[in-house]
Amino acid sequence: MSTNEVAPTNHLSDHQVTLEVNEQAVVLNVPAHRTLLDGLRDELCLTGTKKCCADGECGACTVFLDGVLVNSCLVLCVETEGQSVTTIEGLSTNGLSDLQEEFLNSGAVQCGVCIPGQVVAAEGLLRTNPHASATEIRDAMAGNLCRCAGYERIVQAIQVAAGRRVEIT
Amino acid sequence: MVQYCRPRDLSDALERLEEANGRGRVLVGGTDLLVHVRRQPTEPVVLIDIKTASDLPPAVEITDELVRFGPTAVMSSLAVDPQLRAWFPALVDASAVVGSVAIRNRASLIGNICNASPACDTAPALLVHDARVTILSQDGTRSMPLTDFFLAPGRTACASGELVIALDVPIPANGFRSGFQRLTRRRGVDLATVSAAAGVTDRGVVTLGLGAVAPTPLLTAESAPIDCADADQVAAVVDELTAVANPISDVRAGREYRLAMTRVLAKRAVLAAAQIEEAS
Repeated sequence: MSTNEVAPTNHLSDHQVTLEVNEQAVVLNVPAHRTLLDGLRDELCLTGTKKCCADGECGACTVFLDGVLVNSCLVLCVETEGQSVTTIEGLSTNGLSDLQEEFLNSGAVQCGVCIPGQVVAAEGLLRTNPHASATEIRDAMAGNLCRCAGYERIVQAIQVAAGRRVEIT
Repeated sequence: MVQYCRPRDLSDALERLEEANGRGRVLVGGTDLLVHVRRQPTEPVVLIDIKTASDLPPAVEITDELVRFGPTAVMSSLAVDPQLRAWFPALVDASAVVGSVAIRNRASLIGNICNASPACDTAPALLVHDARVTILSQDGTRSMPLTDFFLAPGRTACASGELVIALDVPIPANGFRSGFQRLTRRRGVDLATVSAAAGVTDRGVVTLGLGAVAPTPLLTAESAPIDCADADQVAAVVDELTAVANPISDVRAGREYRLAMTRVLAKRAVLAAAQIEEAS
């Protein structure tokens, strides 16, 4: 690493970052400004995480970082050294998750661009609050915008998936 | 051109800041800083990520007199602590409406005040709770009330080469309560059009913290003691204290609307602090 240098360097890939993505160890060689979002999509070809506003406004790029929901557009790859990332791909390694099934069953998926972020955010909600009320669901999902305005069905889908999990446990 | 470093400890961080020669930006949550960096792609910047500095103060430390927040205290950590909610209801309510869940999981409380946005959500509450800022430099530490920390939009008393390492909020005296109110155009991921926090002592002395009504967040004078259950007295105190508000018109609201809403939110914040239901 050349972190001591203050003068701009010519080679862009000047940081090596070791992290875990979906339970796999990966090593990225990235410039300092590369966001986790771009790292996931462009370096690791994990294109389930969507790039939409890239400003932390829309939630399309939501992932888990060390088990906590974050906007991957507001995290740099270099910040994630030694950390663990779970993307939408990591939530569906054994086929569709219950949330994904219920998003489809309730017709919540329209154009689809916001859906991976919606599903990850909903997963984060149900892990911390398995009995979330409709109001709590709306509050928790307020950072995930849907341009098709499928909000009613998204809330419904989360409620049904929450019910399925409660039944199982 | 963006450069990044992760100093081992705070003295290393101060050296990096000095080396960066005015181009250093301290990175903690990054929820504002990284947006700014992306919008200014030609501006040379050295991001100094202090999250893993070995001698960084803990995120939250509670002593007999105060709660000390370190740079890594994030918004979502405030809402989950019932003790913090009991002491600082306005601050917990304010931190719970910043951005979205994903933003609050990452956004630093200290980072929020260091941005010195006039609309900073947590500032009004911190002001009525008499928060103090501790700033570290090569010469040691200095501390000041949060009122003196805010200088202008985006400008604070933390100079280039310095960094804020702690935010101290005194544990309130018995009977002191606070309340917070915010107006936004939409519920999630929006900046405050106006915000107001109120502190009320057991004798009914009221102070207000106001956001988005001046170049910096404002702390008003203290009122004479009032009976918060008396609507006329509350209205009179709110009119008197909010006279310092001097908002601009911008995309979020006009000046007149902001002035009117300042009084409405201040009144609601006083009633919330005094735990009185608003008459409809």
